[in-house]
Amino acid sequence: MFIPHTSQDREEMLKKIGVSSVKELLAQIPQDLLYPALDLPRALTEQELCAHMRELAARNKPLKNFIGAGIYEHFIPAAVHALSSRGEFLTAYTPYQAEASQGTLQTIYEFQSCICSLLEMEVATASHYDGATALAEAVLACLRITGRKEVLIPAALHPHYQQVLNTYLRHQEGVRIKQSPAGADGSLDLDALAKNLSADTACFVLATPNFFGCLEKAESISALVHQAGALLTALVQPIALGIMQTPGSYQADFAVAEGQPLGNAMNFGGPGLGIMAAKKIYMRQLPGRIVGIAKDKNGKRSFVLTLQAREQHIRREKASSNICSNEALCALNAVIYLTLLGPKGLQEVAELNVERAHQLAEMLGKIPGYRVKFTAPFFNEFVLECPIPAKQVIKKLAKKGISAGYALGADFKGMENCLLVCATETKTAADLQRYADALGGI
Amino acid sequence: MHTEENCRFAKTHEWAHMEGDIATVGISNHAQEEISDIVFVDLPKVGQQVTAGQNCCVIESVKSASEIYAPVSGEVVEVNTALANDPALVNREPHGNGWLFKIKMTAPAEYENLLDLNAYKVTIQK
Amino acid sequence: METILMHNQLSLEKSRPGRRGVQFEAAQKPASAYLPEGYLRKTAPKLPELSEFETVRHFTKLSELNYCLDGEFYPLGSCTMKYNPKAYDVLSALDGFSQMHPFAPETAVQGTLEALYQFQELLKKVTGLAAFTLQPAAGAQGELTGILTARAYHDARKDFKRTEVIVPDTAHGTNPATAHMAGYTVINIKSAADGCVDKEALQSALSDRTAVVMLTVPNTVGLFEKDIREIADRVHKAGALFYLDGANFNALAGIVKPADLGADLMHLNVHKSFAAPHGGGGPGAGPVGAAAHVAPFLPKPLVTYKNGKYTLTGKMPKSLGKMKAFYGNIAVCLRGYCYLRQFDGQTFKEIAENAVLNANYVRCCLKGKFNAFFDGICMHECVLSINPSDMNGVHTSDIAKRLLDYGFYAPTIYFPLIVPEAMMVEPTETESKQMLDAFVAVMEKIYEEIKANPQIVKDAPHSQCVGRIDEVSAAREPNLRW
Repeated sequence: MFIPHTSQDREEMLKKIGVSSVKELLAQIPQDLLYPALDLPRALTEQELCAHMRELAARNKPLKNFIGAGIYEHFIPAAVHALSSRGEFLTAYTPYQAEASQGTLQTIYEFQSCICSLLEMEVATASHYDGATALAEAVLACLRITGRKEVLIPAALHPHYQQVLNTYLRHQEGVRIKQSPAGADGSLDLDALAKNLSADTACFVLATPNFFGCLEKAESISALVHQAGALLTALVQPIALGIMQTPGSYQADFAVAEGQPLGNAMNFGGPGLGIMAAKKIYMRQLPGRIVGIAKDKNGKRSFVLTLQAREQHIRREKASSNICSNEALCALNAVIYLTLLGPKGLQEVAELNVERAHQLAEMLGKIPGYRVKFTAPFFNEFVLECPIPAKQVIKKLAKKGISAGYALGADFKGMENCLLVCATETKTAADLQRYADALGGI
Repeated sequence: MHTEENCRFAKTHEWAHMEGDIATVGISNHAQEEISDIVFVDLPKVGQQVTAGQNCCVIESVKSASEIYAPVSGEVVEVNTALANDPALVNREPHGNGWLFKIKMTAPAEYENLLDLNAYKVTIQK
Repeated sequence: METILMHNQLSLEKSRPGRRGVQFEAAQKPASAYLPEGYLRKTAPKLPELSEFETVRHFTKLSELNYCLDGEFYPLGSCTMKYNPKAYDVLSALDGFSQMHPFAPETAVQGTLEALYQFQELLKKVTGLAAFTLQPAAGAQGELTGILTARAYHDARKDFKRTEVIVPDTAHGTNPATAHMAGYTVINIKSAADGCVDKEALQSALSDRTAVVMLTVPNTVGLFEKDIREIADRVHKAGALFYLDGANFNALAGIVKPADLGADLMHLNVHKSFAAPHGGGGPGAGPVGAAAHVAPFLPKPLVTYKNGKYTLTGKMPKSLGKMKAFYGNIAVCLRGYCYLRQFDGQTFKEIAENAVLNANYVRCCLKGKFNAFFDGICMHECVLSINPSDMNGVHTSDIAKRLLDYGFYAPTIYFPLIVPEAMMVEPTETESKQMLDAFVAVMEKIYEEIKANPQIVKDAPHSQCVGRIDEVSAAREPNLRW
């Protein structure tokens, strides 16, 4: 079981310590508070626990999933989990003792390399909690770098990301968050953006695709933002980058992403994988762990956590972030996934996403009363305007075994009838047809 | 040229060397030994106003980040750009080419309040 | 002859154009049929091109370069590297859980929500606190959640003058970094000679500007704050909140309830307090508990139970908002839930006692060669200290590297900062006496080496795939990508 000691072991140990019971070792604890009743349920054996958990898992209903909205269902090759669940990776500690952690360190270095190449950025960190916190940390870095006080975000930014930004920026003195609206086609209104940018704008958050699934005119936006002397933080989707233009190509200063789509299951939204990259000049503004190449005393190539003097365990209250543990195992899944797919595989997946989503959009848009709301280009997600509230559509389709999408009404005024629909490579032609038939039949 | 002998010292281990109203600032040999292998110097910005006794620069080793305090008040008019590529210069020549930045002083009297080499040596022997 | 297929060759060095590990069906049309060219990337990313077999071998070989808990003893103080039952890995990854989308209709995720709700309930029972959020992604984010919750509490009372957070000098670096992130000024207070909080220093730091006092219990030198109730009283009298850093809660579960100690807020680390593998640096989960008066300010949403259904839609008008997207590191929380279901109160008490027994046993066995900085009984970890001038110039970092040669991971070194040449040893509750004896024997062997042949210790490690690494040049000329 969990505790290995026999009573003989325990006796010998107590004798060595020179006490007669463990309770004597707890003398500093207020004795009247010692050993409280916890009122826990009966302990389960492993067999009972397995039955209990399987029963709970079975209580979840596997609906055919057409929701994206920040977490995406993708095919994960078997080798990803087979490798990352090896005890040598799974049960290793943070690689502080580099000589005994070369495996983890090299995989992180390879992760950083793949991410830099995928995003066409110069440096990347070992990972953050998720896309939202990575975005918040990147925005904080922009505020430090520019000394400016206003953060400009698109109105069509993921509502959870907006809320996390609010939390992280709320107590930064004088800092304001301002929204810039989307235009009629669903992508950013560039005229409004130009007006909203000012000499006080620290950065603009370019989310492409945005929360409506629409792709942005990144180069024009980048030019506007940089003309205003502000920094550009791109929020991108890693699978889309198999084919889409990259943050590096439009001169983003920081680039962040939710890395879950890269080989990580949806897991009800967590753990995620915060990806963060930057131009090299901002390398020391990046919070969190970074692995670098080093040499050992014999000149052999090796890997080590580096630039650590930025971090909380050394700088304490002077550190720019308190991040410590990150999502190393999720980053490992991501780098294995990218290694298995390679450039060609990633391109194939991305093209399938584009195709399936566009096929579905066309099918659903043909159903009387329904239309694809926006005309801007999209990747694997789009807004469907329905004749009835989106919440009702979701309810009705759930009864037919389909998870129809994300209802936008709660977060976006006037969009009660709008449904955010996603189709990835996991949805076959038959799945698309099933959705269309089900929707047409309500 | 600044040497250990013609500098004044702060108790926090910075030195300053005055020429006209410009003070060149660095860290003492004792300080660089304590910090050991310097890997990065986060210098102030040219044009930045600094106040005597306030931190304005950070020196990093692998396992430490040391705050550097301005020994005198004024405006930073020059920083040692050579440190970007060779931070170890501070280890090798703390009183020579390993200087950090130059301050155009607004209160030159502050310089007189700094310690001379002998007085500084007494403080580090404590 | 040096073998060409070196283990640490990068996947990008092994890459051969055109090779691949997985194939997808081809789309009927290229992307340019759906999207304007201007939106597409100009050059393909430089990702490795390997077969599936090469990929499997590459990462398998890399894994073999790691020490890991399944293979080696980790006496890492403060990190609680204890065994995590394998069942939890399997159960938390069941398709029924892992394939669930966070925005799926609630009727379709009642199983997950029930597990999370029950986990919240069990956490309340173990700590005595009134409510728990599962949202924080790690211990450090839990701390930030706790401090922001405190801030929301003070702000709601229009008590805006509270701008300071008091932290002892033994605290983890995350404590002051967290307070700073929350916009607070950090007041560091010195510890007393016995390693506990200096009550005088605390008293003079406390004022109507104090928002929170953060304390780790047991503290980072492995001691239980003996006057903790008095400290809590003083904190509360000053109008501040008392935050317990639960990093060391594995030594308390079943022994004492944090609520009984006066805690208003507390985070737990699921991987330390309960059971989740460390993963080489995460993912973790850092649930935060709050006493009743602070609970309304926790992040939203919490899982609630209403009319026979579990839901995330409960109203929380005073909530500080969200700490991360979605609801937390669910897969990790499910492991924590498994752990809390597998043991009862009596067993938790025995587990915590074992942590304390093991630490004291190691401390006593090493006495005379490696002494604890604060002499006397410790809780779940002990902090050893050496004087290099008594050790032929050998430093703690040398001993750490030498331990690797003997198949042991190193203790936490140079922390806490107030202990010179610190070695923080936490055997954890799951190690056997025989393993502890082996560790002690190796430490004694190293002690003999220090006396007879210190150079072998200073040059360590000798048995790893790489020798001592030059961290200085790595930091001076960073190479962070291929």
